Amino acid sequence: MMKSFTITKRQEEHITILEINGELDAHTAFKLEQQFKNLIEIEAYHIIVNCSNLQYIASAGLGVFMAYIEDIRNLGGDIKLSDMTGDVYHVFDLLGFPSLYDIHKNESEALSSYKNQK
Amino acid sequence: MKDSKSHSINVSSSTQHLQEVRSFVQTYVSHCDVNKDEIAEIILAVDEAYTNIIKHAYKNEPNHTIEIELGTSSGSFWIQLSDTGHHFNADKYQPPNLLKRIKNKERGGMGVYLINKLMDSVEYSSTGKTNTILMRKRI
Repeated sequence: MMKSFTITKRQEEHITILEINGELDAHTAFKLEQQFKNLIEIEAYHIIVNCSNLQYIASAGLGVFMAYIEDIRNLGGDIKLSDMTGDVYHVFDLLGFPSLYDIHKNESEALSSYKNQK
Repeated sequence: MKDSKSHSINVSSSTQHLQEVRSFVQTYVSHCDVNKDEIAEIILAVDEAYTNIIKHAYKNEPNHTIEIELGTSSGSFWIQLSDTGHHFNADKYQPPNLLKRIKNKERGGMGVYLINKLMDSVEYSSTGKTNTILMRKRI
């Protein structure tokens, strides 16, 4: 059975939380890309991507984070990541993401880090 | 080099088959003496190799065939992917600089790097029109 990739969007004050669910690969990455484009359009630059239900990520998924982080930081925002499972973190780690991205244990820690920046 | 007992599938060159490819690998690798982390690494390596063939060998044209064959031999799990598209020159490959790519808003180029990190050996070869990538992981 085809597993899908879905995104649920929530708002916490000025911070947008994207819960990403399922498998993020070369076939599904466009959905996350579209979401980042939409957020830039509506000037929602403070983003947390909650990965608690992300079961799988391939480099095409990581490529979406790479393509948008610079623009969003230049606009005064960030893409913070939280709640990664061990398998998913391993892939981010292999590519050196932890030194360049703000990765948090959980969503509330990521939220606090935004609030402390204010 | 390889045991006689191997499994193979032919898959069209489209990312819509990625899930099917991962399931195929999962089915067979789960029967081998491989731990959970290694299973995840092998599946990801095959995903990256298959995606690279679609993108680079077949330039995203969906109607080509990719053969995926896998098995075990002398303490290793091996997977071979074959295509008849554009040949990949592994000698010219340079590992990506993540920071530079982010600054340049580039994506891609991470697949080969990941495959090399995930697997114990990776060999590329071309015979006639057929290109193959043979990956091995010690088990």
